[in-house]
Amino acid sequence: MMHANPDVTMRATETGDNHAMKDPERDSAGAAMVLQGLHKSYGAQTVLNGIDLTVSKGETLVVLGRSGTGKSVLLKLIIGLQKPDSGSIRVHGEEITSANMEAVNKIRKTMGFLFQHAALYDSLSVEENVAFPLRRHTTMSAAQRGDRVQELLAGVGMERELKKMPSDISGGMQKRVGLARAMALEPGILLLDEPTAGLDPITSREIDELILKLQEERDVASIVVTHDLLSAKLIADRIVLLHQGNAVMEGTFDELARSDDKFVAEFFKRDS
Amino acid sequence: MTDNTRVPSRLVGEDTPQLTPLVRSAFTSLWSPVNGFLEWFGDLGIFASQVIRAAARRPFEGRELIRQLDDIGSKSLPLVALAGSAVGAVLALESRSSLLRFGAKSMLPAAIVYSVVHEMGPVVTGLVVSGRVGAGIGAELGSMKVTEQIDAIEASGVNPYKLLAFTRILACILMLPLLTLAADFCGVAAGWIADTLVDPISFQKFLHSGFGGTSFSDFLAPTFRTAVFGLIIGTIACFQGMRSQGGTQGVGRSATSSVVLASLFVILADVILVKLILVFFP
Repeated sequence: MMHANPDVTMRATETGDNHAMKDPERDSAGAAMVLQGLHKSYGAQTVLNGIDLTVSKGETLVVLGRSGTGKSVLLKLIIGLQKPDSGSIRVHGEEITSANMEAVNKIRKTMGFLFQHAALYDSLSVEENVAFPLRRHTTMSAAQRGDRVQELLAGVGMERELKKMPSDISGGMQKRVGLARAMALEPGILLLDEPTAGLDPITSREIDELILKLQEERDVASIVVTHDLLSAKLIADRIVLLHQGNAVMEGTFDELARSDDKFVAEFFKRDS
Repeated sequence: MTDNTRVPSRLVGEDTPQLTPLVRSAFTSLWSPVNGFLEWFGDLGIFASQVIRAAARRPFEGRELIRQLDDIGSKSLPLVALAGSAVGAVLALESRSSLLRFGAKSMLPAAIVYSVVHEMGPVVTGLVVSGRVGAGIGAELGSMKVTEQIDAIEASGVNPYKLLAFTRILACILMLPLLTLAADFCGVAAGWIADTLVDPISFQKFLHSGFGGTSFSDFLAPTFRTAVFGLIIGTIACFQGMRSQGGTQGVGRSATSSVVLASLFVILADVILVKLILVFFP
């Protein structure tokens, strides 16, 4: 289901591991998100070279790849922070690449985004950070908002840190608060940019479990960008491997881990 | 080498082949800063149009505006008042001996009032606010940009041009005239204190003498031209902050460039506005 770099795709095809490459049109019915032919370049550097992806409701898709292969760019294109050079992004059936700002903002409210470094508003407390989207986009009373913030922070184990400022909590705690903020409007789609990067193994595991819990309880479609293979193994329904701007292989963790393709094998031999 | 720096082949004779790289290098070094300046202005224009478009739509961010009015206005007041006082006192001390030499000592209150209200108060306020608020906004927004907080605001479906930029620019426009009035008052009061320490005169008499022969409209245009200073300071500081890149160094550069550019454009605008005021309010 991808426009792939011919060289690498051939290698994937030869190994017989590209079984999961599907027709996006076939999968798009009922899909939370459909990406077709996404291209993005910065000057002479091509970052994404024709990416096709479909993410179904309730599915967790993990995007793997070496640094600089455009994984974070992919998420920023989906949320509309950057525009693709060409290609289509449909979220809940609505095209966002050609939509005006108001329409994009409407679609954004159906998505939650966890930034790599959490990107909490440093002038607001933990409580105010989580309340921010609620205050902006709902008609909740202060009391209702307070209850909802409590509930969200309890869900990530941060209910006792309400009044603390982001600078007073650890990186792992910031990620949890970021996750609670991303979930505030009960989005149908979660975009998580390296949720476990820079965290110790125990905190990483806790974040993974949180993602699984959200997936089970709320049936959200998620795209998770990560370098953490253990995390990918735990949370992924499906994994896509990006290389030189192309999605070169797709499948479950075990399918990719078993691949004898040189690049995939090199990627998976570490940690797994 | 861009197309713009290409030297026409007819200018480079076959007998002077060594001149070509030299000429090209000269063209490049001349064109590069001009190109950068034009690019900066183009980006500023795009930024301004985004702020204007965002400002026309609901919600109007009243809460954030009030926070910015407090931050930019009331928190700048002590510094502006101090600067205004210093200007008034120095004017009194410096002008006294000159006026005495010409036997025009009685003109001292009028000289202080006119100088402070017409020129020194507005310009000093503009420059002080450029320094304090320009650096503050540049650093704050720059820091938010490099830590992806502005992206996070946008990703949550909120327009950062309205929430962050429009509120700050509007607060600067509204607060500059008020801060100028405060600077003017402090300047006149400090001028009176400096004068009365040498040659006692009542404040009432000082004001009567200072404002005698002037009308309200004489002070209106000079004071309200600082609204334009506010527009310049707010716009440049927000623009420099929101285009910040390159980590903590980038934040530092944004803060510095906000102050330098805002001060520069305030001075330039002052010259232009003074000329316009003289034309329209002779």
